[in-house]
Amino acid sequence: MIYEIPNRKFDLIIIGAGVIGCSIARQLSRYKIKVTVLEKNSDVGWGSSGRNSGVIHAGFNNKPGTLMANYCVLGNQSFAQIAQELNLPYKKIGKLVVAKKEKEVKELKRLKKQGETNGVKNLEIIEASEIKKMEPNLQGVAALYSPETAITSPYHYTISLAENARQNGVQFFLNTPVQGIERIKPDKFIVITPYASFQANYLINCAGVYSDQIAGLVGINAYRIYPCRGEYFILDKKASSLIQHLIYPVPHPEEGGLGIHLTPTIDGNVLIGPSNEYIEDKEDYSVTRKVLDKLYQKAQEFLPVISSRYFIANYAGIRAKQSPPEQGGFQDFLIEENPTVPNMINLIGIESPGLTAAQPIAEQVVAMIDQKEGLSSNPDFNPYHPGILRFAEQDEETKRRLIKEDSDYGEIICRCEQVTKKEILQAIDNPLAARSLISIKYRSRAMMGRCQGGYCLTRIMELLKERYDFKPEDFLLKGPESPLLVGYRSKGVNNDD
Amino acid sequence: MMIKKDVIIIGGGAAGLAAATACRRLGIEDLLIIERETTLGGILKQCIHDGFGLIKFKQSYTGPEYAQKYIDQVEELKIPYLLDSMVIDLSADRVLTVANKEGLHKFQTRAVILAMGCRERTRGALSIPGNRPAGIYTAGVAQNLINIHNYMIGKEIVILGSGDIGLIMARRLTLEGAKVKMVLEILPYGSGLPRNFNQCLFDYDIPLYLRHTVVNIKGDKRLQSVTIAEVDEQGRALPQTLKEIPCDTLLLSVGLIPENELSQLAGITLDPVTGGAMVDEFGQTNIPGIFTCGNALQVHDIVDNVSLEGEQIASGVAKYLSIGLSKKIDLSVQAGEGIRYVLPQRLHYLEDTIFSFRVQRPGHHQTLVFKTNQHLIKKKTFLQVNPAEMIRIKLSAQELAGLSNLKVELEL
Repeated sequence: MIYEIPNRKFDLIIIGAGVIGCSIARQLSRYKIKVTVLEKNSDVGWGSSGRNSGVIHAGFNNKPGTLMANYCVLGNQSFAQIAQELNLPYKKIGKLVVAKKEKEVKELKRLKKQGETNGVKNLEIIEASEIKKMEPNLQGVAALYSPETAITSPYHYTISLAENARQNGVQFFLNTPVQGIERIKPDKFIVITPYASFQANYLINCAGVYSDQIAGLVGINAYRIYPCRGEYFILDKKASSLIQHLIYPVPHPEEGGLGIHLTPTIDGNVLIGPSNEYIEDKEDYSVTRKVLDKLYQKAQEFLPVISSRYFIANYAGIRAKQSPPEQGGFQDFLIEENPTVPNMINLIGIESPGLTAAQPIAEQVVAMIDQKEGLSSNPDFNPYHPGILRFAEQDEETKRRLIKEDSDYGEIICRCEQVTKKEILQAIDNPLAARSLISIKYRSRAMMGRCQGGYCLTRIMELLKERYDFKPEDFLLKGPESPLLVGYRSKGVNNDD
Repeated sequence: MMIKKDVIIIGGGAAGLAAATACRRLGIEDLLIIERETTLGGILKQCIHDGFGLIKFKQSYTGPEYAQKYIDQVEELKIPYLLDSMVIDLSADRVLTVANKEGLHKFQTRAVILAMGCRERTRGALSIPGNRPAGIYTAGVAQNLINIHNYMIGKEIVILGSGDIGLIMARRLTLEGAKVKMVLEILPYGSGLPRNFNQCLFDYDIPLYLRHTVVNIKGDKRLQSVTIAEVDEQGRALPQTLKEIPCDTLLLSVGLIPENELSQLAGITLDPVTGGAMVDEFGQTNIPGIFTCGNALQVHDIVDNVSLEGEQIASGVAKYLSIGLSKKIDLSVQAGEGIRYVLPQRLHYLEDTIFSFRVQRPGHHQTLVFKTNQHLIKKKTFLQVNPAEMIRIKLSAQELAGLSNLKVELEL
């Protein structure tokens, strides 16, 4: 894809459109500064940001005094406001860290104390009888109950941040991998991509698993990221009645994750996962038989009622870990301007609780820029992004009114998630012009239900054809080189052929 | 505003059309078919191969031709239908909420016939490991893209599962110039109809590997290869048999699931084996006045049987509306040795009843028996039985009289 680039000079370039890059982009759009985001994928949030549990953590898992602990607590406490501005689905459903044996109770107490030191509110240790009341299907001797822990949709969040930033003037270049960075002056960078080069005075490196390599392009070799994969099952919405809270095991500090847990999603599904496995390839998002079997077994230990008939899909995410495999555990976020390369801020090792911490991290990064540059406010900044109204979630009166106002609401395209033509067209017409099927799926929820697009895929393809005159080669699952089709059926059958 | 109807049929495919025409012929005037698509006919529209109608019409038709026979009758009988309309809610007191471009409509109906058909089992439901590239389709979606939309989906194809749609698509893709490398079936026998193995695979030299499955999928963007393996008795992959097969397309034909999300909203009890509702001899569910037939009730292999089932429930619907159905007996029907399931699950009215069922595995010279306690009611010997072929056997009211339970099994 070739872009027409009106002006390749920017004040600041953000490398990587994950939740961190998009938060920083949106935060910067509050000020008068010319910002662009370069993203190698065909849409935002396709790395770890869209591939996690979607939990807004309370902040009791992290060591007091760390950035992880501070930003997590801040992020949790300020999330309601962001959710309101971006019209994000967000629910404080609370979390239970469940001790299965007496000897784990000590760890619950330690977590509670740690959480309180970090500033987490309302933590409580509850007994087995109380667990039964809250979660009748669950087994456990005691639990740490954290009512402040919440859920959101991580890809919805990332997309909304990006679209809001776009509406406030930030430019996004998708399908634009960074291949090289030249420092032509101490404070002037040229960023080279396959299609164009971009100039800026500031660079923000928030390339997730690739942040070490991006830093390497300017000669900083101090960072190393170890990709660590986590696999998940997605369960049918019919499983949603099985649990009401986030259900976690007592974490084992030597592991680099929080343990395999059960997560109700904001859309009403349930997740099992993630596993925790260091891998070589930073983009090997494949799932494995071995791990899937383990996830299933672990989930059944918690909830014997879970059955494989609830499985509708699975996926994997990759943590950007600073701690090497032999060490494991968590290392604190690193957010710094390396002394050898001023004007470039590196965000290294932003793993869990990165989703929760994204906003405080963005504020920190912007404060660092402000200190150097002296930013002035953008009077036109609009923090609100209404997003796509979900027909299925409205009451009958509203549904009636919506169809009356726009008959496209009366055409249900995705039967499982009851997504209407109106919502799919809004998803197709997104401000980032990301039109892969996955982009439409993440924005509309079409194809996410139990039939996984069996009913609606061909209908969505028809809409793309009607709207943007798509030819067979234009239908992409997830960007270039992922065509759904190889052409028309037979020569001569279709005039376009 | 509540619109009142005597009967609403949800779904204008093979089952719904047959049920509607049969209801009208029994004198039910106030009928309405609700169809979510732009035309009637359901899945038959994309089944452009022939072989439909051999039982009903003693002649082989294509899917669209077969559907048209019923659509013509619907038109002739002036049965009203709503197109492009989706039922989004159904309550136990038979109130339907329907969305279409004109608005949100409420119907109160005396009887409902659920004829929503079925959907395909997906990769996610099977939890096949590996990557998630483009080029993985269920057989029915591939059929739709090729036959309805004139697209071509790939060049080098591997098909997992030997269900009928997969077999039909193996032939279809071959005729369109693709190379179908193989069909894999995890079971030691095929899942589709025997005639389809001959006409769609063997006639085109497409190899069938029994006791094989896909254990890994490679390709980040478009599918590059699948890893296949032979499986043991429990269906577990045998590590020494792993083989990587380059291909750009994987088609899944791994089973169909009756579509009963609406039924569940109304509180209808489902049979965990069939995935359809538990029914009596009139196809009535546990909720009075809600009937079901076709692939929403049980997945069929032959459309003619879908039509027959749709037609058969009409008499129950007519009685329900005119004199009401009053229970005479309460007889439970069970699947015994060698039988996967049997329908109907309960009998209440002492009527001549057609039982439909499937065996668990293929066999030769098998004798099927209907028993009550240890007493033999009926016996029939088959030269061959096959899980792919639904068996339908009628028992008369006389044969059923006086029974308190009934078991269908294969004699050992």
